[in-house]
Amino acid sequence: MEFKTFVFYFLSAVMLLAALRVITVRNPVHAALFLVLTFFSAGGIWLLLQAEFLAVVLVLVYVGAVMVLFLFVVMMLDINLDRLRERFWSYLPVGALVGVLLLVEMVMVLGGSYFGLDEMPTPAPVDASYSNTRELGLVLYTDYVYAFELAALVLLVAMVAAVTLTLRKRKGVRYLDPAAQVSVRAKDRIEVLKMPAEKE
Amino acid sequence: MLSLSHYLILGAILFAISVVGIFLNRKNLIVLMMAIELMLLAVNMNFIAFSHYLGDIAGQVFVFFILTVAAAEAAIGLAIIVILFRNLRSIHVDDLGSLKG
Repeated sequence: MEFKTFVFYFLSAVMLLAALRVITVRNPVHAALFLVLTFFSAGGIWLLLQAEFLAVVLVLVYVGAVMVLFLFVVMMLDINLDRLRERFWSYLPVGALVGVLLLVEMVMVLGGSYFGLDEMPTPAPVDASYSNTRELGLVLYTDYVYAFELAALVLLVAMVAAVTLTLRKRKGVRYLDPAAQVSVRAKDRIEVLKMPAEKE
Repeated sequence: MLSLSHYLILGAILFAISVVGIFLNRKNLIVLMMAIELMLLAVNMNFIAFSHYLGDIAGQVFVFFILTVAAAEAAIGLAIIVILFRNLRSIHVDDLGSLKG
């Protein structure tokens, strides 16, 4: 077996096993950690497909930011696991039926007869000076520049929404208002009184 | 030799696993969101495989945008789960039956 094929099968096996553990493991913290393993292996497979920039972005953004956010939220919530897990496996028959049907249908379409090497030959290997990031940037900032700005706007809206959703005003808490502290003037605090000098 | 259908079937298996995950974890909102992330990963896998085999970089641009939207979705979804837990002390799906402003 060619080395690349071996790497593909190894990463796929790790990824699929980790994905199976994500949906079956009892503790949500473990599920998040298995999801990290899934994303990491997927990043390796994307490297095999010469999508280097996206593989690195997947690890940096997904593993580094989104999954850490998941972990924070999971650890912040005090979840009653027993109640969430009751009758867990009773949904397996219908779920497995739908999943297997879905898989059989997709394999029938996506199998070798339509997308095999005869129809879609392996692209010619690129030389070492080829830069995936450069190619991506060349189309991202020209053809897709409006979509790129829209994506930035989506992120901004998501950030504002997440902050405003979770912001709360606590009542009965004593705290110092920094704005009021900064904007205070001397005449608000000190009153200079003019008093006539008193004589004995 | 690896063909395009290897990667497509890998994405299909991943998608099927996440569909089963949605069925199994239908009480647990957090694992439901993780299953949705897995689905998006399967879709991205297909995009990148097609982009490689067709020699068209546009597929990778779409993956870029999907990653952006998925990050936004995760942030808002988790924020909703947090305020839900703050109000109900639970994230059990059966407890979410009432609307109250």
